[in-house]
Amino acid sequence: MAYVAVKGGERAIEHAHAWLAEERRGDPALPELTVAQVEQQMSLAVDRVMAEGACFDRGLAALAVKQARGDLIEAAFLLRAYRTTLPRFGASMPLDTGAMRVRRRISATYKDLPGGQVLGPTFDYTHRLLDFALAAEGEPPPPAPESPAEAAAMPRVTGILAQEGLMAAEPHSEAEPGDLTREPLAFPADRPLRLQALARGDEGFLLGLGYSTQRGYGNAHPFVGEIRLGEVAVEIVPPELGFAIEIGDLTVTECQMVNQFAGSRTEPPQFTRGYGLVFGHGERKAMAMSLVDRALRAAELGEDAEAPAQSQEFVLYHCDNVEATGFVEHLKLPHYVDFQSELEKLRQLRATAMQEAAE
Amino acid sequence: MSTATGYNFAYLDEDTKRMIRRAILKAVAIPGHQVPFGSREMPLPYGWGTGGIQVTASIIGPQDRLKVIDQGADDTTNAVSIRRFFARVAGVPTTERTSEASIIQTRHRIPETPLREGQILVYQVPMPEPLFRLEPRVAETKRLHAMADYGLMHVRLYEDIARHGHIAISYNYPVMVNGRYLMAPSPIPAFDNPKMDRMPALQLFGAGREKRIYAVPPYTAVRSLDFEDHPFEPVRAKAACALCGSRESYLDEVVTDDRGGRMFLCSDTDYCGERQAAVQRDAAE
Amino acid sequence: MTQPLAAGFADPVLEAQHCFRALLEAMSRPGRVQRLAGALAPPAPLNLAAAAALLTLADADTPVWTDAGADAEAWLRFHAGCPLVAEPGAAALLLACGAPPSPPALEAGTEEEPHRAATLILQVTALEEGTGWRLSGPGIEVAHRLRVAGLPADFLVAWATNRARFPCGVDVVLCAGERLAALPRTVLIEEG
Repeated sequence: MAYVAVKGGERAIEHAHAWLAEERRGDPALPELTVAQVEQQMSLAVDRVMAEGACFDRGLAALAVKQARGDLIEAAFLLRAYRTTLPRFGASMPLDTGAMRVRRRISATYKDLPGGQVLGPTFDYTHRLLDFALAAEGEPPPPAPESPAEAAAMPRVTGILAQEGLMAAEPHSEAEPGDLTREPLAFPADRPLRLQALARGDEGFLLGLGYSTQRGYGNAHPFVGEIRLGEVAVEIVPPELGFAIEIGDLTVTECQMVNQFAGSRTEPPQFTRGYGLVFGHGERKAMAMSLVDRALRAAELGEDAEAPAQSQEFVLYHCDNVEATGFVEHLKLPHYVDFQSELEKLRQLRATAMQEAAE
Repeated sequence: MSTATGYNFAYLDEDTKRMIRRAILKAVAIPGHQVPFGSREMPLPYGWGTGGIQVTASIIGPQDRLKVIDQGADDTTNAVSIRRFFARVAGVPTTERTSEASIIQTRHRIPETPLREGQILVYQVPMPEPLFRLEPRVAETKRLHAMADYGLMHVRLYEDIARHGHIAISYNYPVMVNGRYLMAPSPIPAFDNPKMDRMPALQLFGAGREKRIYAVPPYTAVRSLDFEDHPFEPVRAKAACALCGSRESYLDEVVTDDRGGRMFLCSDTDYCGERQAAVQRDAAE
Repeated sequence: MTQPLAAGFADPVLEAQHCFRALLEAMSRPGRVQRLAGALAPPAPLNLAAAAALLTLADADTPVWTDAGADAEAWLRFHAGCPLVAEPGAAALLLACGAPPSPPALEAGTEEEPHRAATLILQVTALEEGTGWRLSGPGIEVAHRLRVAGLPADFLVAWATNRARFPCGVDVVLCAGERLAALPRTVLIEEG
């Protein structure tokens, strides 16, 4: 009898876990992937998991990728669930990305600029041809040629524009930014909170939204002022010391998108910025984030705000892939109680409708 | 009492529990009002009971006995999974008997056995906002609750009656709590709604993904929305349970073959089992 | 010379859980008196129930106002880590050993966010069930009787004003020795 099949949930779960472990390992005749290999050779997957898992730890992120069989949303979820149990010791000082040790830095708005353009490790000008040489186990590639480090500082492009008064000034605030991992979002959400949500948000969702602003759903005229990738120092001020000490480095990708702004009654026409910052090397995400950040400022800048990317609630409530995947996937949990109610209700409604038709 | 090493009793850290406990007390003080809380990522996915789990984790102690049901049954996989989670992280005894439990965490049902004082019913809630299909903007629904402006819902129900002759909501049927707040009872069948009214047990609702907690204190009026000429009517299959013969309990319809054969069984497995055992006892005597 | 700091909960996890369940039961069934177990020995003038309630609910996120004096403040700061505020209106939790601040001076929440209202813990001299005030409202089947000794004379007048502001309004926890009872903002209190 069908009824018996739903019994024994406990045993079914145990068996499913065992099967999952077997599938994860794959063919035991092949050597097992180490966490270090994932960390080193699937580094962009690790970066994405750190960004969306909102926890900077390459080793844990690599473990999550391995445990999740390469499912990056599942891996981000594992990392989040771990992160949430950690005690909160304090907050860091704001990162100074101006002092970044830059490995890549490009601007689309200036041909050359102080500090120069640094292409760095990028897919951008590769030809997307499958490299069958990689399929064979080979020697490591020869070391990349190193150019002498530029001594010149690398001022931010937005700073250069600001000097000329062309870039809207960002209000400076010493206020402690909100923390959406501790307080639920409330609307209207201020920009620090929005940026926090976007930085944790799903790359694919933000990519689609950013793209929509380029296609007329939101009036965007973006230029990449600058993208930079590199290491920045993390500093904290322990209360017992009273001054900042460095506790380590983070790899981050920052994108500053320059956008037109027509001006308002109180503000002259000028450029405004959209901002993106993500853990690790996550250029696509940083760019998409900066487009969406700018779109979300539409209302405060007095622009029309009708497009999906310009709606705070729409974007912020739906960009978190751990929330989204949970709720979408919960549809596979049993719903037969509700479905039974719907069945009975539908039978009742149809009976009423047919009776009326017959009369 | 053995618990998983490396984690606090009942998984959550004490700071998180305190934050949730403060939210629960305010929820009880304002019956039916949704209190936002700093919901944490749980080791189970959002939508799978994270709100209920956080509420249970914040109230449970070693003196408790926990029952977990999904669709009325103790043996559905998600109920098993959540019960195992608490057995592992809190080491509390669990039970399948409604009458023996001090805390019952549920998804989609209220047990058939009437609950009593001293028991707490914890609902897993996917969408805490009863108005969300009519007004998706949270900032706006917050305003409507502040003004107790529930015209949108009344219009919706009225339109149902105009079109179908009945209110077409069969589960998650909206209720008014203590005459003030419109509340989503979670996706329980409308059949269960009357059990919420003046229930002797405390009812707590946790929505993890939506980050809301709300409550109905004991003996509090919970009224299913209706109209004088179209009173609320809970729906139940017109059949008896094939196992225990109950004509009062809520039934699952089980398809037995591909020729239209079907049977009906109690959705509440504990209730059904108790009734079958009673019949066997009577027969043995 | 300062006294050595009195200890907090011996078992912070389980004692907080025990005290919270008493608070939850008290708030859910207004007028029912809960009795706390445990060996908490807070500094004077704190009584056991009030001290346990504060350790259970207060932390760095809850500004606390109290008139309990320096020893109690030092104890709270150390064991609960809560900020102490001078303005009753700025507090999320208040503990009054003497005359309580008047309810209109306290945070009562807003129509949209009534849950932001403060919780007022009042130390009283005695709490007894089955006699005294007649309480009714959510959490109460018909009526609960509660006798409270040691409240200011105008408490019921202030309470009626507080209740009339629903959904705004403060919630009160009454503590006497190791006993506690609660008055959520919904409860109707009648004399005799």
